Amino acid sequence: MGSNIALKEDDIKGVKMAAKISIPVLRIDAREKAGGWTHYIADYEFDNLQHGRFLRSERARAKIIEIRKPDFPEGYYYIDASDIPPGGKNNIQMIKDDWRVFADGDVRYIGETIALILGPEKQIVLDLLNQIEVVYEDLVPSFTFQDALSCKGGAIHGTDNIFAEFLLNIGDVDNAFPGAVRVVEGVYETGFQEHLYMETQGIVATWEDEKITLYASSQCPFYIRKSVAGTLGVPLGDIRVKQAATGGAFGGKEHFPDVIATPLAVAVNKIKKPVAMIFDRIEDISFTCKRHPGRISIKTGLDRDNNIVAMEIDTLVNGGAYESSTPIVLQRAIIHGLGVYRIPNARIHGRAVATNTFPSDAYRGFGAPQGLFAIEMHMSHIADEIGMPVSQFKRKHFIKTGDITITNAKMHDDVKLPGMLAKIEEMSDYSEKVKKYEDDPLRGIGLSFVNHGGGFTGNGEQAVIKGVVKMKRLEDGKAGLYVSVVEMGQGLQTALRKIASKELELDYLDIVYDNPDTDIVPDSGPTCASRSTMVVGFLVQECAKKLKIKWDEGVGAEAEHVYTHPEEFVWEQETLQGDAYPSYGWGVNVVEVELDPFTYEVKTTGVWAVWDVGVTIDETIMQGQSSGGVIQALGYASIEKCELKNGAFMQRTMADYTIPTSLDFPEVHTVFIDNPYKYGPSGAKGAGELVFDAAPPAYAEAVQNAIGKRIYEIPVTPEMIMEALR
Amino acid sequence: MDKIKVTMTVNKKTVETEIEPYARLLDVLRDNFGFTGVKEGCGIGECGACTIIMNGKKVNSCMILAAQAQGSEILTIEGVENADGTMHPVQEAFLEKGAVQCGFCTPGMVISSYHLLNKNPEPTDLEIKEAISGNLCRCTGYKQIISAVHMAADNMKK
Repeated sequence: MGSNIALKEDDIKGVKMAAKISIPVLRIDAREKAGGWTHYIADYEFDNLQHGRFLRSERARAKIIEIRKPDFPEGYYYIDASDIPPGGKNNIQMIKDDWRVFADGDVRYIGETIALILGPEKQIVLDLLNQIEVVYEDLVPSFTFQDALSCKGGAIHGTDNIFAEFLLNIGDVDNAFPGAVRVVEGVYETGFQEHLYMETQGIVATWEDEKITLYASSQCPFYIRKSVAGTLGVPLGDIRVKQAATGGAFGGKEHFPDVIATPLAVAVNKIKKPVAMIFDRIEDISFTCKRHPGRISIKTGLDRDNNIVAMEIDTLVNGGAYESSTPIVLQRAIIHGLGVYRIPNARIHGRAVATNTFPSDAYRGFGAPQGLFAIEMHMSHIADEIGMPVSQFKRKHFIKTGDITITNAKMHDDVKLPGMLAKIEEMSDYSEKVKKYEDDPLRGIGLSFVNHGGGFTGNGEQAVIKGVVKMKRLEDGKAGLYVSVVEMGQGLQTALRKIASKELELDYLDIVYDNPDTDIVPDSGPTCASRSTMVVGFLVQECAKKLKIKWDEGVGAEAEHVYTHPEEFVWEQETLQGDAYPSYGWGVNVVEVELDPFTYEVKTTGVWAVWDVGVTIDETIMQGQSSGGVIQALGYASIEKCELKNGAFMQRTMADYTIPTSLDFPEVHTVFIDNPYKYGPSGAKGAGELVFDAAPPAYAEAVQNAIGKRIYEIPVTPEMIMEALR
Repeated sequence: MDKIKVTMTVNKKTVETEIEPYARLLDVLRDNFGFTGVKEGCGIGECGACTIIMNGKKVNSCMILAAQAQGSEILTIEGVENADGTMHPVQEAFLEKGAVQCGFCTPGMVISSYHLLNKNPEPTDLEIKEAISGNLCRCTGYKQIISAVHMAADNMKK
């Protein structure tokens, strides 16, 4: 396969780097972390601390007939649904509240919380836990898409096991297919992925000042407050949540901490003593949410000139036993279903199903990586079928500014993909290498294009979040910044300080910003959806402008800024029609590989990335995001296999579930292009998830290019390659 | 089982405590001596978050019984800083190169880098990658860490 793309001077000239704010500064949190002084939740000290462990379901689907408990010594407790106070609910308030705090009467997945055992000595808590016997009556469990759709064993959710179902349509697919001269079809599958943040989940719930206060490793302190208040049936203000330094999250600490916080709060409400729940790694891998597995079927019709005339996509994601944020993940998977391409007639049918597996939830990318893997591989398969170079076929279909998107809106972004392609050609020698590896049975190279919508889908920022930020003039020429979005490794504490200090003409070190405490900061929304810099950062910028005007009022001068949705973006939530996102980040990746013909192991020999994130708020931080996101995604594409056996994850330790080490991948060569977005701080757009999206299809394309067989599934394991080459 | 008494030198100070015979060195360093910079990431010697230097060797403190550390000399992240409270060149380079993100792997990563540079003042890329291959990081993709170790090596030569 060769390529006939000519590099245009203009394309490269259009790529311009480094606004002033992009110039790196030292990260505000780095010194303390490098010294080992930062306190994560397991490092806190509390008087009279009680240690909790969950009694968990050992069955995927069963009735609980009886729970046989030993006698508990004084000071040791068994907490279950019966301890929820009157007025409270045995439900966790997430987007829906179907997930139960404690299983009651039946269990729906392996690991489901049945009770919380706690007391002063860890070892005695474990001994008690081991003596408890749960008597089950097994029911027929449902694990696969097929099980779910046929309601095997009866529906787990509603009457049909469908958590959510959406249909998106543009043009006239049914009339367009008959005009196609060629039809290409494929079914693409992606697996579970474990977040494997280096710090496991952990929360300590305490009774302080007549109030339940939780210290949490968390992305979303206000989510925890909402869920705990809902479970206990108390006003939101009765619960206080303080974020502890968070050792990585990647979506895994978005809603899942609610599942730990609610039982702990029920216990503290009863015993009025602090209770800690710090997961060990086996517990964390076995019993926390994973990325939704996806199965995406695509059928495409082409005309005589190899233009796509119609595309039909069927998307399935496995939500597990409870809904959590599954419908929103599905929305993102289908809205990103056409990737970066302009398809005149397209229909996407999406369904999220319920199974008796651990509930799936947010993971960096939030559905987009599944949809983008499928469309990118499919585009490469079509190119292969028609004998056109992949880069040429993909480029031919690039969406342009003003084109119609799958939600029947105009693409507002200034789409710079052609320039980005030219840039990555220059960096990686992609087309030359495609030619070079054509007859090489062991080497291959892949090229992928992605976009990622920043912020909540549709009008969610306005209708659901309504983010608020506050600033205040403090003593000594400093300014306080009050937001609920958290530092979790992505550099937000530094980025937001830079944004605020730019407007106030202060040094970034003069912006005072603590880990959020729900009693102190306003709710600026959760730390997710690539929204913290783009959306909350913009609120900070606008708030800082207001404070600047009031600065001369002296110490104590305050300003507040509330999110308003730009009027030019229109959205209808019921039909998912309109501007799904106000802006997109864009990306191009090239991955180069070499196959070991004896072991079928794949060695990655080169990785390149070009991103459009508007403007980088800090070049060093964003280089870190790119390198970390791409390597995490290469793990997803290659070695991070997470399989179910009878409803339990077979990988339980860091020895079974392996993530990339320093020896597994070469360095990621990254360039950011300049393309400011008017509603982003200094022009910045969302970035944290975008940098995950592109590597999996680029890697899989490189492997298929090397072995000369199509790849439809990630992770691409040596076993799969061996099968394909047989 | 009866508790046993152990004495060791941690970060140049002699310390002593009573422990259960089955206590892990990781827990004793954290809970008995307060060196919470030593992190538990996996508990089975896979992730390297609990890396320390014991009698000149780099070890995972989760894999060692505290009783085995009787009489030994131990360096944890808290002992890497210079005596005057300034950062060691390895730590300075981590800051400069953006090698610190969530920070949870950082103490172990700094210890492994420090240990490498003590043995090998001019490591190659591959030698650095090998030296930190027992320290997992989920945030950085390692690029910034590798360049920080190179920078530290350069600065330590000066």
